[in-house]
Amino acid sequence: MTKRINRRTILRGAVAGGAVGMGLPLLDCFLNENGTALAQGGAIPVRFGTWFWGCGMNPARWAPPTEGLGYELSPELQALERTLSSGGKVRDHVSVFSGFDVKLDGNPNFPHGSGPASNLTGLFAPADGDFGAPSIDVLIAREIGGFTRFRSLQMSATGNRNHTYSRESATIRNASEISPMEVYARIFGPDFADPAAGEFVPNPRWTLRQSVLSAVKEDRDKLMSRVGTHDQQRLDQYFTSVRQLEQMLDVLLSGPPDLPSCRRADDPGPDILEGEVFQNDLESVNQRHRALADLLTFALACDQTRVFNMIFSSGISELTVPGLDTTHHQLTHDESIDAELGYQPQATQFVFASMEAWADFVERLASVPEGDGTMLDNCLVFANSDLSYAKPHDVRGLPTMIAGRAGGRITPGWHVRGNTDPVTRVGLTVQQAMGLPIDAWGENSLQTSLPVSEILV
Amino acid sequence: MMHYKRGSSIAALLAVVAVACGGSDTSGGAPATEGGPVALRRLTSQQYTQSIHDVLGNDIVVPSRIEPDARLEGLLGVGASFVSVTPSGFEKYEAAATAIAEQALGSELRGSNLSCEPSSAGGADDSCAREFIATIGRRLFRRTLAEDEIAIRVAIAESSATELGDFYAGLEMALTSLLVSPNFLFRVEEIEPDPADGSRLRLTSTSVATRLSYLIWNSTPDDELLDVAESGDLLSAGTLTAQAARLLDSPKAEAGIRAFFSDLLTFRRIDEGLVRKSPTQFPAFTLTLAGDAKEQTLRTIVDHLVTNELDLRELYTTRRTFLTPSLGSVYAVPFGGGAWGPYEFAEDGPRAGLLSHVSLMSITAHPGRSSATLRGKFVREVLLCQDIPDPPANVDFSIVENTSGELRTARERLGEHVTNDACAGCHTLMDPIGLAFENFDAIGAYRTQENGADIDASGNLDGQRYDDAIGMGQALRDHESLGPCMTRNLYRYAVGRNPVPGEQVLLTFLDERFADSGYRWVSLIDALVLSDGFLTASGQREAEEAAQ
Repeated sequence: MTKRINRRTILRGAVAGGAVGMGLPLLDCFLNENGTALAQGGAIPVRFGTWFWGCGMNPARWAPPTEGLGYELSPELQALERTLSSGGKVRDHVSVFSGFDVKLDGNPNFPHGSGPASNLTGLFAPADGDFGAPSIDVLIAREIGGFTRFRSLQMSATGNRNHTYSRESATIRNASEISPMEVYARIFGPDFADPAAGEFVPNPRWTLRQSVLSAVKEDRDKLMSRVGTHDQQRLDQYFTSVRQLEQMLDVLLSGPPDLPSCRRADDPGPDILEGEVFQNDLESVNQRHRALADLLTFALACDQTRVFNMIFSSGISELTVPGLDTTHHQLTHDESIDAELGYQPQATQFVFASMEAWADFVERLASVPEGDGTMLDNCLVFANSDLSYAKPHDVRGLPTMIAGRAGGRITPGWHVRGNTDPVTRVGLTVQQAMGLPIDAWGENSLQTSLPVSEILV
Repeated sequence: MMHYKRGSSIAALLAVVAVACGGSDTSGGAPATEGGPVALRRLTSQQYTQSIHDVLGNDIVVPSRIEPDARLEGLLGVGASFVSVTPSGFEKYEAAATAIAEQALGSELRGSNLSCEPSSAGGADDSCAREFIATIGRRLFRRTLAEDEIAIRVAIAESSATELGDFYAGLEMALTSLLVSPNFLFRVEEIEPDPADGSRLRLTSTSVATRLSYLIWNSTPDDELLDVAESGDLLSAGTLTAQAARLLDSPKAEAGIRAFFSDLLTFRRIDEGLVRKSPTQFPAFTLTLAGDAKEQTLRTIVDHLVTNELDLRELYTTRRTFLTPSLGSVYAVPFGGGAWGPYEFAEDGPRAGLLSHVSLMSITAHPGRSSATLRGKFVREVLLCQDIPDPPANVDFSIVENTSGELRTARERLGEHVTNDACAGCHTLMDPIGLAFENFDAIGAYRTQENGADIDASGNLDGQRYDDAIGMGQALRDHESLGPCMTRNLYRYAVGRNPVPGEQVLLTFLDERFADSGYRWVSLIDALVLSDGFLTASGQREAEEAAQ
């Protein structure tokens, strides 16, 4: 063994960060070491994820007509009627939240930007596409993500790596993986410790890679003293990322995960391209979404990460179908409302498709047996969109859903009406269910200290 | 191939320098101004690749999936001075570094990258490792390494070589640690008091060298530039002019101008497969065709601005271009041969200028149809530097965009924008320009009708009337904002930020120089690199400034 991570070096770095006014996220992965986290190979981990679809829904046709447990399904939520092989229906595992508003308090409604920013940070969007703070998945990853190989995994079925709602800070985005082939290589490539592979032999290069990172950290203080405060923040993020990789190497050195459902995923093979690019017709997107969900499920079963973000379609949804000369997003604006139906039939087909994809995702997580139930029981998946009714970019009644039991911390299967309460009530509930010590969340009219207590156990 | 013709412009500049007074001695006649704040600039993925190729050899296959670049204020070059490195991004940088180091020190390339022979290939050799780390490290960090920076990497090479029983494998680890260092991934722009005027701050000599080489080459400085920079001599006007001339004369300068225009024209979207067209409607539009379309435009730009040193404004009227057979079939022109060749669009044909190219017409269209609004917005924002406000959130587009109704052409549909007060304010700025290109469909193929109705492509650009896209290109060429906008964009690209209020006087001066030269590209570069905006700074960017 050569040099291991020197704990003192890390702490010294962290103190230097504090001295120039940095926040404490640096220390997060260590703070928990003697705290709430489960040791490798211990109890079944609880995971958090987000699942995003673009361009919302038609509120009157999406919100279930009845409240409470065992709610009646609305036309646009029929996909949740699907029966699961592990028992019950998708709806039994999903709570639906309707009528919870993104409040604007006179701030601009950036089309497709304000909804996610407020829903995922509790703050008003400072600019189009920017968030005012780290997103909820990053807050949770800082709490529970420090013990796995990957702090979190971001994936998007849209074919665009820049499609992401995960933010380290206002402007720093966690890019998404878009290629099943690359995701497989990253997670299940040579570094994956396969529990089926017999005796575990650590790769000698892992410790050498750690020494490489130690050298990089030596550059820290000198560089910090030569730059302005904005660059200090940026460097701080860089060094946090260096430490994350050290953590990954530590996890690799500790050997394969001890989880009964863990095994190496099947190789998805080459990516499916048309015109040499990832196309956005519904069939291609569904194919990629299922392939990515599949790899993610294997990764979760092997405790490679406890936090994830999955994007089915982006806010400016480019979903299309053969024969259509336009996209989902364009249709929400351009298509006339059918006088008889009372909605936009072409645009609405993509709402149905999005809810089917959501059911696919939930079903996949529920297909892995874990403990007395399924892996879904040990997940909390927060589904959300950028808008409610997309035609006028409405963010009132922003649709959100929660799937899973979060290891027994929540009860699924509710429909809760918000009656214009701030959408942050759902985000607060999510954070509390994931064990974050937080009593209130959000700013101004988005502020709340009232979780959706119906679903909290 | 490509060479900047020089001579007269340099002589003229030197004459101006000789009589310049006050401020920095490199002012080049520019008004004394203070550059805005400096900040770390993360290498773009192109700069990363180009730097690796220049330092370790063109044969190295650089992994394409590193942290994605971010576009800010319309430029990746500006976004680069705001981004950081995320956990997944760093993981990718480390994987890329490992792959690069394996190749650079593999049996095929180690001979060209290493000037010494290890005493034994099966173990450590500190002195040979030190020589490699110091030499290669200097090119990667764009400055001479400090002793502790070398020593820690010699130690890595030593322990790794011993552990792995292989000198080169050990050295790979040391090279990896250089490649993932923030000193490589970020360009560190340092400032110091100006010795001629202690109240002013200027970039250090090595920081100027780095700005210069990334502006002109889109890559890391070579040994000669670093030698001049580290001798401190670079900041004298004569040396700076000579070095700029040397860099511009190098074949590597073509990568520099391509990088700027690729950034400005958002060609990265093509590289990333994000310019998608409906495969059923446009089966010809593959990633290969889109790549050819991008290449066509870049070749046209390089040929026009560099090889022939022509007036930048005429990029929007020139019929000269380059084609491949597959592009020729989209343009419906006879073009034989197996690969690239020069081509001139017919005098009486419908095409002239960059805005009639497949590349830009495809980028500014929807997957299945053209968009006069997007095309107009592109001209206003990118080519004329005019801000178009975002549409209000609550707006009904259904009349404007419903192609199945009785309004058959885009002009008829978009008429609604102008008769609706809420839309008219902005759309009268965009739609009339974009309608000039309605003869080009979503992939830039020519058409005379839409839904069976004749297309009317006439209009006027801020007072200058035109009948079609060719006239529009002429109106754009004559527009008073075209030159100043290009100056502003190149300036933002060079310094990695938007101008601060005090810099407008400098931009005006640069544009005058550009105009005086007949809009010759090399003159703009020369004037820019000698200006206070390029050489001085108000300080380091602080967090509060960044938030604005």
